[in-house]
Amino acid sequence: MSAPGGANRRPRPLGGLVGYIGAQRLAGPLVFVNGPRNVGYGEAVEIDFQGRRVHGRVLEVGKDAAVVEVFEGTANLGLGEIEVRFVGRPLESPVGLEMLGRTFDGRGNPIDGGPAPLLVERRDVNGLPINPIARDYPRDFIQTGVSAIDGMNTLVRGQKLPIFSASGLSHDALAAQIVRQARLPGQESEFAVVFAAIGVSHDVARAFRTSFEESGALARAALFLNLADDPTVERLMTPRTALTLAEYLAFEVGLHVLVVLTDITNYCEALREVASAKGEVPSRKGYPGYLYSDLASIYERAGRLRDRPGSITQLPILTMPNDDITHPIPDLTGYITEGQIVLSRELQQLGIGPPIDVLPSLSRLMQDGIGEKRTRDDHADVSNQLYASYARLRDVRRLAAVIGEDELGDLDRRVLAFGARFEREFLAQSPQEDRPIEETLDRGWAALRELPEETLSRVRPRIIERYFRKEGA
Amino acid sequence: MKQVGSVVWVSGPVVRAQLVEAVQMMELAFVGEERIVGEVIELAGQHATLQVYESTVGLVPGAPIYGSGLPLHVELGPGLLGSIFDGIQRPLDALRAQGADFIHRGVQARSLDPTRSWNFEPTARPGATVAGGSQLGIVPESSTIEHRILVPPDLVGELIETAPAGSYTIDQVIARVRTAHGEERELTLSHRWPVRRPRPVAERLALGVPLITGQRIIDALFPLAKGGTTAIPGGFGTGKTVTQQNLVKWADAQVIVYVGCGERGNEMTGVLTDLPKLEDPRTGEPLIRRTVLVANTSDMPVAAREASIYTGITIAEYYRDMGYDVALMADSTSRWAEALREISGRLEEMPAEEGFPAYLATRLAEFYERAGRVRTLNGGVGSVTAIGAVSPPGGDFSEPVTLHTKRFVRCFWELDKDLASARIFPAINTADSYSDYGPEVAGWWRESGLGDWASLAGQCRELLQSSRKLEQVAALVGEEALPDEERIALEGARLVREAFLQQDAFDPVDRFSSPTKTVSMLRLVMQWLTRARDAVRRRIPVYRIRSLPTRGMLLRMRFEIAGEQADAFEQRRQQIDAAFDKLLREEGHAPARPVTAG
Repeated sequence: MSAPGGANRRPRPLGGLVGYIGAQRLAGPLVFVNGPRNVGYGEAVEIDFQGRRVHGRVLEVGKDAAVVEVFEGTANLGLGEIEVRFVGRPLESPVGLEMLGRTFDGRGNPIDGGPAPLLVERRDVNGLPINPIARDYPRDFIQTGVSAIDGMNTLVRGQKLPIFSASGLSHDALAAQIVRQARLPGQESEFAVVFAAIGVSHDVARAFRTSFEESGALARAALFLNLADDPTVERLMTPRTALTLAEYLAFEVGLHVLVVLTDITNYCEALREVASAKGEVPSRKGYPGYLYSDLASIYERAGRLRDRPGSITQLPILTMPNDDITHPIPDLTGYITEGQIVLSRELQQLGIGPPIDVLPSLSRLMQDGIGEKRTRDDHADVSNQLYASYARLRDVRRLAAVIGEDELGDLDRRVLAFGARFEREFLAQSPQEDRPIEETLDRGWAALRELPEETLSRVRPRIIERYFRKEGA
Repeated sequence: MKQVGSVVWVSGPVVRAQLVEAVQMMELAFVGEERIVGEVIELAGQHATLQVYESTVGLVPGAPIYGSGLPLHVELGPGLLGSIFDGIQRPLDALRAQGADFIHRGVQARSLDPTRSWNFEPTARPGATVAGGSQLGIVPESSTIEHRILVPPDLVGELIETAPAGSYTIDQVIARVRTAHGEERELTLSHRWPVRRPRPVAERLALGVPLITGQRIIDALFPLAKGGTTAIPGGFGTGKTVTQQNLVKWADAQVIVYVGCGERGNEMTGVLTDLPKLEDPRTGEPLIRRTVLVANTSDMPVAAREASIYTGITIAEYYRDMGYDVALMADSTSRWAEALREISGRLEEMPAEEGFPAYLATRLAEFYERAGRVRTLNGGVGSVTAIGAVSPPGGDFSEPVTLHTKRFVRCFWELDKDLASARIFPAINTADSYSDYGPEVAGWWRESGLGDWASLAGQCRELLQSSRKLEQVAALVGEEALPDEERIALEGARLVREAFLQQDAFDPVDRFSSPTKTVSMLRLVMQWLTRARDAVRRRIPVYRIRSLPTRGMLLRMRFEIAGEQADAFEQRRQQIDAAFDKLLREEGHAPARPVTAG
C-alpha cells in the first residue's frame, strides 16, 4: 500500500457521493488519499481544486487509502484544499446513434461547440470479454482498393489489422484511403467510422477530418480527440471511450464499424508513465508487465458475434520507436492482432507509395476470406507466389550488390525484372486510386509473367493454365 | 460456504484479506457478494493474499471472502470431450446459454452437464479389493473413446456394491467402497482433482513410439515421441498457432487437449468452427469428438490464464489414466509466464530476469514433467505429450521463457521469420531445431516396414547442412560460379525444401501426410538426387538436369498423392529413372544404373 499515514482526513457528505477533503500525496499523475471508505477498485473519481474540476479513476484501494490516477495530471493541484469524490460507479462513457457526425474529447464530452447529445446511455468503458463461442469467425472480404492489402494481406470484416509505421511515413494517408475506399464488393451496407486520436498532433486530426468530410463519411463518423497537448493520462481512456461506442453501434444497432486508433505508441507511453509513478516493477524497456493484457483489452474488442448483424473492424496505427519492430509496443501488438501492415522507409524513399513492405506484413484471416465465390479462385496462388518471388528478389538484389548486375545468371535477371514491375505496377498506387480486386490480381499476374513458368512452384497447374497462359507473356 | 475474512486491499487481480477463520494455501475462495472466484496464494499471520480469476472492478474493501475448504480443482468425468471451458473449467457454451455473448462477472455454471445421462456398464464385481485406478465400469463417451470409470487415485478399499448397467447422470452413485477404516464412500461417474497436483502413476516408462503428426518436416527430421515434450518458439506471424492447430487436427493421439492461453478470440472461434467439420484421418470421426478445448483468450482475466495450463494438463492426465495416448497443446506458455509475472509484480516480489519471478524455471519444469509415458495405477499404459508454444518478445530466443523451456524439453521446433515472410510453411528452421527422440523412435519405423526412415532422414539433414555453407558462398559469388557437384547439392536442397518439407495446411490432400507417404516422398527426392549426382559426375551439364520434367513432377506429388498409394510412388520412381536414362543416352552414356541411395 503506497499511501502513508496521515490525520487530515475530513470526510463529509457531498450530494450523495462520498467526498473527502485533502490528500496525502501528489506524485506524477497520482493522488494518494487516506481515509476513504466504501471505495471500489476501478471506480471513477471527481476532483475539485480552486474551482477547477479534474477526473480520475481508482488504481489501488485499501481499507483506509486509495490511489487515484488523474487524467488531466496533477499540475496546479494542492494537498489541502483538494476535494476528492468517489462516484460509486466504474468509469463510463456515452453511447448513442446521435453521436455520429460529432466530435468529442477523449472521455466523450462534445468539443465541436454543439449541444451534448440527448439520447445517450452511459456504459462502463472497460467493456467485457467476449465469450469465444459467441464469436462468429470473420470471413467477409473487405475491398480496400489498395493492391498490397487486398492482394496479399486481405482485410476481413471483424479483423484487427494494425499499421506498423514509423515517424515520417505516410500511415495517415494510407489509413484515410482505407476508410474512404473500404467496402464489400457488390454489397452496400450500413457502416460507421469511429476515430480515436490518441496524443497525435492537431494537423493529423484535421487531415483525417478533412478526408472524412471529402468522402462524405463524416456524417457517419464519431471522432474522439485526445491531441498531443491534451492531458496525457486521458489517453488511457480515449481508445476505450471509442470502442465502447463502437460496440454499441455494432452489436446493438447492427452497423459495420471501422475503428481507427492512432497512435497506440502514445497510449503505451501514458501507461508507462502511470506505472512508473506508482512505483511498479517494470519489465521490458520500463513498460509494465501487464502491457500485453492491457493492449489485449483494447484490441480484442473487435470481431463479429453470432446472431448479431454488425461488426467491429479495427485499424490501429502505431509508430515503431526507432523503426524497431522488436520494440515491445509493435511486438506485443503483433502477438494480439490478426496480422500487421508494415510500412518501410526504404520504399518511401524510392517514391513507392503506399510504402507497404509486404514481406513482414501479414493478414492471419486472409485464408478464409479469399478464393472462389469470395474474391477469385487464383487469389491464394497469386499471393503465395508473389511472396515467394519477392523474397527471392531480396536475395538476388543482395547478390547483385556484391557481384554486379552484369554477372547475374539469366534467371536472376528475370527476377530483377519481376521485382521492378511488381514494385512499380502492383505496390505503387496513388492515394486516389481505388483498384477492384480483379485488377489487383491481374497486376500480380502481369508481374509474374516476367518469370519463367517452371519457377512458379506456388501456383497450382490448373491456375497456371487459366491465368498465366491466358495472355501470352 | 462460510465467511473466512474480508477484503482490505485491491490492486487488479490481487486482493488482500484480513482473516477471521483459517484457510489453506491454494484454497479456492469466493470474493465479494458476487462471489467471484479466487485462490489463496500467500498466508501471513492474519492476512491472506488471493489471486482472483475475474475482473475486480468495483470491489470494495470490507467485502466478505468465503472459503471452500478445497484447492482449485477440476471436475473429471464423461462429457469432457467436445467441450470448451475457460481457464477455471467453466463451460463456455453453458455461460452463453445463460443469455450473454459477453462474460459477466460472477457467472457460474457446472463444469460437466449434471442433467445429461450416460450409459454405464459395470465391469468390477462387488467384493473385490479396489484401489486408485481400478476400473469400475465403462461409459461410451464417443464412438471411438470408451470412458473408463476408475476409482479416484487416493482411495483404497473393498467394493461393496456396483450399480447395474443403465443410464446415470454424473451425480448418481454407481459404486460403494468401504475403506480400511470402515468408512463407506459413494462413487459417481465423476470426481474432482486439484489442478496443481499431478495425478499419481505406478511408474514412468521409456518412450519409444513416435507421435505421428502428419507434418513431414516433424515426422521425418524432428520426431516427437508419445509422452515426450516439445516447444515451438517463434515470433509473431511465424505460424506457431497454425502449427499447433495442425497438431490438434492431425496428431495420432487418441485424445487432444488444446489450451488457448492468452491468445486471440477469433483463433479459438476458428478452431471451434473447423474441428466439427474435419474428420480424423484414422477413425473417420469428426475431430471435435476427441478434443477438449480450454480457452482463456487474452482479454479474459489474467489469473485464470495462469490456471488454464494446469486445468488442461489435469484433464490430459485423467484420460492418460484410462490408458489413452493424450497430447496437450498449450498456446502460448509465454502468456502463461507473463501471467505469473503480472501476479508476482502485484505482490511486489523481488523480480529475477526481465521482471519474471525467480520461480519461473521451477514452474516450467513442473509443467513439462507432468508429461510422460507411464504405467497407470491399474497396470495399463498411457501417455501425455506436452507441446508448448513459446512467444519470445522481439523474436529473441535468448529471453528467459525460451531459455528455461529449452532446459526442460527434449525437442525444439524453432520457427523462422525469414521462412515465414517467404510464405514457406511450416516455417521450422532446420538448422537450429532439434529432437532427441530420433534413436528412441527408430525401432517403431523399422517395425512399421519403413526401415529406411532413419537413413533417409540422416541424408536429408546432411544435405541441408552442407547446402547451408554452399548458399553462403553462392550469395557472395553467384550460384553459377560454383562447381557442378555443388550446384546439384544446392538444387537438391531446394527440392527437399519445396517438394518435401513444405506443407500446405489448407490443402485438403497435402495437410496430412501419413508415415508411408512421408517416407515414400523422401525416398523419391533422394533418388532424384542420387541420379542427378551421377549425371553430373558424367559431366552432363546442370542446365540439362534442371530442365528434366521430373522436378515439376516431384513438386506436385504432395498435392496429388493422398494416403497410401504405393503404385503412385512406384510409377514416379520409374519416371525418374526413365528421364535420367534418356538424358544419359542423349548425352552419349550407357544408361547404367547408379548405386541406389541409402
